[in-house]
Amino acid sequence: MAPNLCRRRQWIKLCFSLVSIVLCCYAAGVFSLLRSGYTTRAGSDEPIKSSSLRFSRKTGGTGRYVVREAGHVWPKPQHQVSTVDVFVLSRDTFNFTYAPGSHRCEILDLAFGRYTEIIFSIDEAATGSKCDADTTCLVVLEVSVKESCKGASPHLGAKENYELSVAREGVKLKTDSVWGALRGLETFSQLIYRGEHGLYTVNRTDIQDFPRFPHRGVLLDTSRHFVPVKYILQNLDAMAFNKFNVFHWHIVDDPSFPYESIAFPELSKKGAFHPDTHVYTQKDVRTILEYARLRGIRVVPEFDTPGHTLSWGHGQPGLLTTCYTKTGKQRGALNPVLEATYQFMGKLLQEIKDVFPDQLVHLGGDEVNFACWKNDAEITQFMEKRGFDYYVKLQTYYVQRIMKNVESLGKVSAVWEDVAAKGQEGSVPKSTVIQVWRPGKWAQKMAQVTRHGLRTILSACWYLDLISTGEDWPPYYRCDPHAFNGTTDQKDLVLGGEACLWGEYVDWTNLLSRLWPRASAIAERLWSSQDTTDMEDASVRLGEHRCRMIRRGIPAQPLRPSACPFVPV
Amino acid sequence: MAVLSTIQCVFSVVLVLFASPLPCLNVRAYQRPVMVQQTGKVLPKPQMMTVSAEAYTLAMSSFKFTYGSSSEMCDIVDQAFRRYYDLIFDVDGPKKAPKVPESMAELTVLQVMVKEPCKGAYPSLESSENYTLTVTAPMGMLVADSAWGVLRGLETFSQLIYRTDDGTMIINKTTVEDFPRFAHRGILLDTSRHFIPLKYIKQNLDAMAYNKFNVFHWHIVDDQSFPYQSVVFPDLSAKGAFNPYTHLYTQEDVKDVIEYSRLRGIRVVPEFDTPGHTASWGAGLPGFLTPCYDGSTPNGKYYAANPMLNTTYDYMTKLLQEVKDVFPDKYVHLGGDEVNFNCWKSNPDITKFMEKMGFGTDYSKLEQYYIKNILDISTSIGRDYIVWQEVLDNGVQDKSTVGEVWFENPTIQAVLERLTAKGYRVLLAAGWYLNHDVYNPGTDWADFYKLDPQVFNGTQAQKDLVIGGEACMWGEYVDGTNLIARLWPRASAVAERLWSNKDVKNMADATVRMDEQRCRMVRRGLNAEPLHPGFCQFEYD
Repeated sequence: MAPNLCRRRQWIKLCFSLVSIVLCCYAAGVFSLLRSGYTTRAGSDEPIKSSSLRFSRKTGGTGRYVVREAGHVWPKPQHQVSTVDVFVLSRDTFNFTYAPGSHRCEILDLAFGRYTEIIFSIDEAATGSKCDADTTCLVVLEVSVKESCKGASPHLGAKENYELSVAREGVKLKTDSVWGALRGLETFSQLIYRGEHGLYTVNRTDIQDFPRFPHRGVLLDTSRHFVPVKYILQNLDAMAFNKFNVFHWHIVDDPSFPYESIAFPELSKKGAFHPDTHVYTQKDVRTILEYARLRGIRVVPEFDTPGHTLSWGHGQPGLLTTCYTKTGKQRGALNPVLEATYQFMGKLLQEIKDVFPDQLVHLGGDEVNFACWKNDAEITQFMEKRGFDYYVKLQTYYVQRIMKNVESLGKVSAVWEDVAAKGQEGSVPKSTVIQVWRPGKWAQKMAQVTRHGLRTILSACWYLDLISTGEDWPPYYRCDPHAFNGTTDQKDLVLGGEACLWGEYVDWTNLLSRLWPRASAIAERLWSSQDTTDMEDASVRLGEHRCRMIRRGIPAQPLRPSACPFVPV
Repeated sequence: MAVLSTIQCVFSVVLVLFASPLPCLNVRAYQRPVMVQQTGKVLPKPQMMTVSAEAYTLAMSSFKFTYGSSSEMCDIVDQAFRRYYDLIFDVDGPKKAPKVPESMAELTVLQVMVKEPCKGAYPSLESSENYTLTVTAPMGMLVADSAWGVLRGLETFSQLIYRTDDGTMIINKTTVEDFPRFAHRGILLDTSRHFIPLKYIKQNLDAMAYNKFNVFHWHIVDDQSFPYQSVVFPDLSAKGAFNPYTHLYTQEDVKDVIEYSRLRGIRVVPEFDTPGHTASWGAGLPGFLTPCYDGSTPNGKYYAANPMLNTTYDYMTKLLQEVKDVFPDKYVHLGGDEVNFNCWKSNPDITKFMEKMGFGTDYSKLEQYYIKNILDISTSIGRDYIVWQEVLDNGVQDKSTVGEVWFENPTIQAVLERLTAKGYRVLLAAGWYLNHDVYNPGTDWADFYKLDPQVFNGTQAQKDLVIGGEACMWGEYVDGTNLIARLWPRASAVAERLWSNKDVKNMADATVRMDEQRCRMVRRGLNAEPLHPGFCQFEYD
C-alpha cells in the first residue's frame, strides 16, 4: 500500500501545478479541432456531400478525442473562482449535513442521498480511493437554508440563488430557499472529478450563483407517442443535472389522450392509444409531480384547445365541430358557440387545478383549423349575431372565456403566440404568459408581445425535434431570448424559454438520446449570464457534461468524435 | 448543415402554404396516428409467397422444430431453433395467456431439411440462401440447400406468426419460395470515431438477421482511434485506442463477434483503410506515416502511409497476414478513399521518389503505386478485396476487384455505369449513408427504398456486376447511446431493396410492412425508432 499511496501523493502535487496548464492546452486543442470542423461544414462553396462528413485532414494522436474530467460546471455559474488547490473526498468519510439554524426538510434529506450516489457513482473498491491523513480530505458539506421548506413546491419566481464555498475547513452551501440548495448541490457534484487513481477530487472554489431567467423549461409531447413514466422520470433527472426547472407537459393532442381524467374518464378510455397500457393514471401523474418537486422542477400541464383536440372527440361526443367536406365527414376544433363546451372545459379546468399544483396552466390555442367552423351554420349565425367578421375573433372569444375561467380558479394562463396575434393583444389578460414558437420573425413577435406588457417565453429557436447532421448545438446556444428590439422593461417581461421535443418521430426508444446534450445548450443560455458566449469554453464544458450525463445513466448522444473517460456504455 | 436544414424547412413551409389555408403547419402538422397491428407480414418481402385465409394456432407447450430424417445437422441450425423458439414465443415479452380456439387446427412442428453439410460452415459471397417454406397443419416444412437458407427461412417463419388482441398465436397457411436478389447485403459500422461496445455490435447483428442482411462491414479503425488489438503490432491499439483497456476489441472480442455473426449467417468483412484515414496508426507504428514539411523542415505532423518506404509494405504484409488469420472471410476491405496529397507534396524525399519513379508531379500515380502494392500483398496472402470507388476510378486494378460506390461523381448512376463498363464488380453505398440525419426521420426511408442499384445505363452484363450494397452508419455522431435507434428501422428499407424482387416497389405496401417490422424489432428488444405518430400493438410487457 505504501508505495502506491506515495505515488498518489506525487501525482496530486503534480496536479497542483499542472492542472491549469493542462486545462488550457486541452481547451486550445479542442478549439482548434472545432474550428476546423466548422470550416469544413460551414464552407459555402458546395452543398454538404458525404465526403465532407467523413473527411478528416487532421493528424496526430487520439488523446484529443478523449474527454477529460476537470470539474467544469454546466450551466456556467454567474461567479466562480477556483484555485489550483485540490481536496479529495471519499464515500466512507464524506457527509452532507444541515448547518446549525438551517431549515430542514424531506426535499433536502432525499437530495443528500441522491447526490451521495451521483458523486460516488464509480466503484470505489476498484480504485482503492480512500481519504487518509496524507491527503487534504473534505468530510462534510454543510447546508444552510434560510426559508422553511417542509412540503414546499417550486413556483415561478422561487429563489434559486446559492453560495458555495469549497475550502479546507469544509464545504459550505448557503441559500435562501431549498431550491437554491438543490442547484448548489448539483453544482457541487459537478465540481468533483476523478483523478488518475480514482480519487474524487475538487478544487478550492467559491461560487455565487443565480439564474438569469426564472422559467427554464423542457417540453415533452406524450400524445404523438406515449412516453412511459420511467422515461419521463429519467428526463426529470437529466433536467435537474442541467438546472432546468419547468417540465412543460404537452400531455394531450390530436393523436391521443393519455391523461386519465377523474371527471371525464371516457376521454382516455376512448382517446388513448390503448386504455390499459398507454395512459397516465392519477397515480402516475402524482409520481411525476412528486419526482419533479423533489428536484425543484415545476410541472406545467398543457391542455391545448380549441384546436389540436381530435383525440378528445372520441370520449366526449358533441365537443368537436363536425363538418362535411369533399373527403367526407370531418371533425374540427372544439365548438365555441355551445354552452356545453364551456361547461365541459370548466369542469376539466377545475380538475386540472386540483391535480396540478403549479400556478401556470398552458391552454395551447395554436394552429386552429377554421375549416369546420366555416362549414357550420350555427357558428355562422353566431358570428353574424356577434358581429365577428373573421374567425380569429371567434377564436379570441373562445380563448377569452377559457382564460377567464382559469383566472377565476386562481390560476395563470400560458398560451402559444397565436392567441396574441397582431390586434388581439388587448383581449389577453396582462398576467398571461405568451410562448413564442414560430421560427423566422420571433424577435419581432417578442417585441410586439412585450410592448403590450405581456410576459413571454421563447421556444422558436429551440425545437429540438428538428434535426440535422453534425454538431448542431451552437445555434441553440447562440439564441438569446433578449435579442430583440425593446426597452429594459420589455426585456424584463421575458421569463425565459423552453426546449421543445415534439413527438412525431420520438418515443422512448430515442427520446433521451435526441434531447441530450442538445438541450443542455439551452440550459446554459437560460441560466448563465448574458455574456457567457465563449464557444470554445462552452464546447469543452459541454463535452465533459455529456460524459457526466452518460455516467449518471442518461444516454446522451455524442457531440463529435470522442470517448468518455471511463468504461464505454 | 444549417443551410441545408433551413432550406428543407422553408421548402416544407412553402409546400404547406400551398396545400392548406393555415399559415404554418411546418412543425406541428397533424399526422394521423397509426396503431401498428402485427399481421404476419414479412420484410424483406419474399420472392414468391402465397398466403391462404386458412389459419392455424401455435402453442408454446406443444410446438417444436425438428430436422427431417435425411437432413444434415449442425450447431448453426441447432442454435437457430432455440433462438427462434424464444423469439416466436416471446419468452421475455407480453405475458398475456394465449387462448387456443378449438375450431382451429394447430401447427405443432416445423420440420427442417438441410441438403448440404453445414458443420462448422462459414458464409461466403457464393453461399446459397434460398429456401422453400410450406406452412400446413400439423407439420410445416422448411427446405434449403444450406444452413444459411434455413436461417433465412426461420426468420420468415417467425415473421409470419402474429398475435390477436387476446394473445392467441396465429399463422396462416402459407407457401414461400425465396432467394435474395443480391448476394452482398451489408451494414457498415464505424468503431473508430466512437467506440461501440460489443453489446451494441451484437444487438445490431440481431437486427441484421431480422432483416436478412448478411455482411457486417466492420470499419474497425480510422483517423480517430485504433481499437483493434493486433497480435503482431500490439502498440497500434496500446497507443492508438481512445483507451487501451476499455475502448478496445481484444482478439477474444473479435472471435466472439465473428462467431455470433456466423451463427446468424452474417459475414464479417473488416476494413483496414489505407493510405489515408490512418492518423491513429502513427503513434503505435513509428515510421508508417509520412512526415509533413514546412519548406525544408519537418513540421511535426504526419499524414497517410509513407508510400516510398519498403518498411511500409512490410508492415502491411504482416498486418494483412494477421487479418487473414483472424477474419475467416474471403474478402478484406482495403479502403483507399479520400487521400489528400498535401503532405506528400510537402515532403522532399517523396518529391525525389516521384522523380525516380517517373511520376512527374502526378501524385495520383503515387497513390496508385501504393494501392497496387497493397492489393498485390492481399492477393499474395490469399485474400480478395473490396476498395472504395476512387481506387477504381484511378484504374490500376484487376477484374477481381470489388469497388464500393460511396459518392455521386457526378451521379451515383454514372459511377455505376463507368465502373461496371470497366468490368469491375461493384457494391452500392452512396444514397445509403444512414448517418445523415434529416428533419423528418420518419420518411427518409422512402428515398433509401426507391434507390435501385441496377437502375443505370448499361448492358445486362454490367448490371450483373452489381453484387449488392451496404447501409453505412459512419460514427462521427453515433455511439452506443443512439446507434440502434438511428439505424433501425431505416436500414430495413435498404434490406428489402437488396433482398426482394426489383418489382417490389409499392410504397403503400412497403409502409405497412416497415411499420410492422419496426414494431417487431421493438418487441424483440431493439430500440428501433418510430416512423410516425402512433404505437405498437405490443409495445411493452
